[in-house]
Amino acid sequence: MGGREANVVLLDENGIRSDGRKVNETRKVTIKAGVLKNANGSAYIEFGGNKILAGVFGPRDVHPKHMSNPDTGILRVRYHMEPFSVGERKKPAPSRREIEISKVIKEALEPAVMLENFPRTAVDVFLEVLQADGGTRCAALDAASVALADAGIPMKDMVCACAAGKAADALILDVNNEEDQAGQADMPIGYMPNLGKITLLQLDGVLTPDEYKKCIELGLEGCKQVYEIQKNALREKYFSSSDNS
Amino acid sequence: MKKREPKKRYVLPGDFITTAPLRLQTNVVLEGKRIISTTIGLSDISDDSARVISLTGGYMPKIDDLVIGTITSVSGNSWFADINSCYQGMLLGQDVFGRGSYPTATEMRERLDKGDIVFAKIANFDRQREPLISIADKNLGRIDSGELVRISPTRIPRLIGKRGSMIQMIEASTNATLTVGQNGLVVVSCEETNGLLKALAAIRMVDEQAHLVDLTDRVKKMLENDGV
Repeated sequence: MGGREANVVLLDENGIRSDGRKVNETRKVTIKAGVLKNANGSAYIEFGGNKILAGVFGPRDVHPKHMSNPDTGILRVRYHMEPFSVGERKKPAPSRREIEISKVIKEALEPAVMLENFPRTAVDVFLEVLQADGGTRCAALDAASVALADAGIPMKDMVCACAAGKAADALILDVNNEEDQAGQADMPIGYMPNLGKITLLQLDGVLTPDEYKKCIELGLEGCKQVYEIQKNALREKYFSSSDNS
Repeated sequence: MKKREPKKRYVLPGDFITTAPLRLQTNVVLEGKRIISTTIGLSDISDDSARVISLTGGYMPKIDDLVIGTITSVSGNSWFADINSCYQGMLLGQDVFGRGSYPTATEMRERLDKGDIVFAKIANFDRQREPLISIADKNLGRIDSGELVRISPTRIPRLIGKRGSMIQMIEASTNATLTVGQNGLVVVSCEETNGLLKALAAIRMVDEQAHLVDLTDRVKKMLENDGV
């Protein structure tokens, strides 16, 4: 149910997926914090084949002025895919999908950032997808969170994200592009690991209630793995070349 | 018995600091019974309070802070200054010309014009309005000469050092005069080129290595070496 293509072997008899991973294994994730000089905070993430650059500006003046809130700062997120990020040229104008992803990422970050001490200001997060390979919203959210921390925006917790899903009737962690296209379900999860709160939960596909629960548990495992990588990226920038860790 | 946490630790946003009932100072928040960090920095637990010394972030105006600003506009009876923050500093004409005076636009511009650098004090700041700055005190006012350096505002306490020790060390060994704004701007003035370059190098060093424990020794060593 829900599958669209049958000619890709998503899971072989040994339980190995199309890109050689096990069902509960994420792709290789590398994050680097502070890669841009002109932004207040920045991060670059490689999440499997995804390559995403995040830049954070602010808190700064809000333009247009009517958007400002006298009680709190506002968060603005722009998720954008480069024309060369996918196989066929993508028009650079924001699409319906990009506007939606910008919104969900913003709402996934909002519970973590504490902007009430910066009234009448805005924090802008720019996410540029240089190369897309399925699961960009999770990867972009991971990068955004590191970039916000790098910019020194007060946050109650980091936000880490990873998708889980279902392909070839098995629950899998970190859905890649083929599995997203031909699989049965894709569930991106955003998570605040120290507070234990989920800030993003979407589901595209069909799962039974039992599968749904297991899928969330699997996704949270992935989030925790990503969280460690996020922490290491920030430690490397701020605490390296010192003995105390 | 609960084990006492080590005094200073490197923390990231969301990191747990302690469960002890302490007073919350800067960059910490209480979640249930746990005190957690909200920024990247060094956690510091003293006898009755917990705080995190931030290693990143911009400048937030605080009353009585000394800041260095650049005049960005002259309008009506006030100047606006860029104080390297998300808010603009507002300097009232009556602060400069005295109460009840109504200076003309020309008079205003003659005293302070767009692009002038001022050393000012944050006179008032609340959440509703732009921070009010004042130059009506000795040592405050326009800065006419010197080298303007921009460093991260989080490094300023380190640049000043304990009771001004770091700044005194730099000034003594380079014959330079440092005017330090809490907002991350520093004006260095020095007669000799060598001293100026050395002072600038020392400031840059503090900016880059503020999180290291032996920073004072490193800067001292650098200052003692001849040449830059």
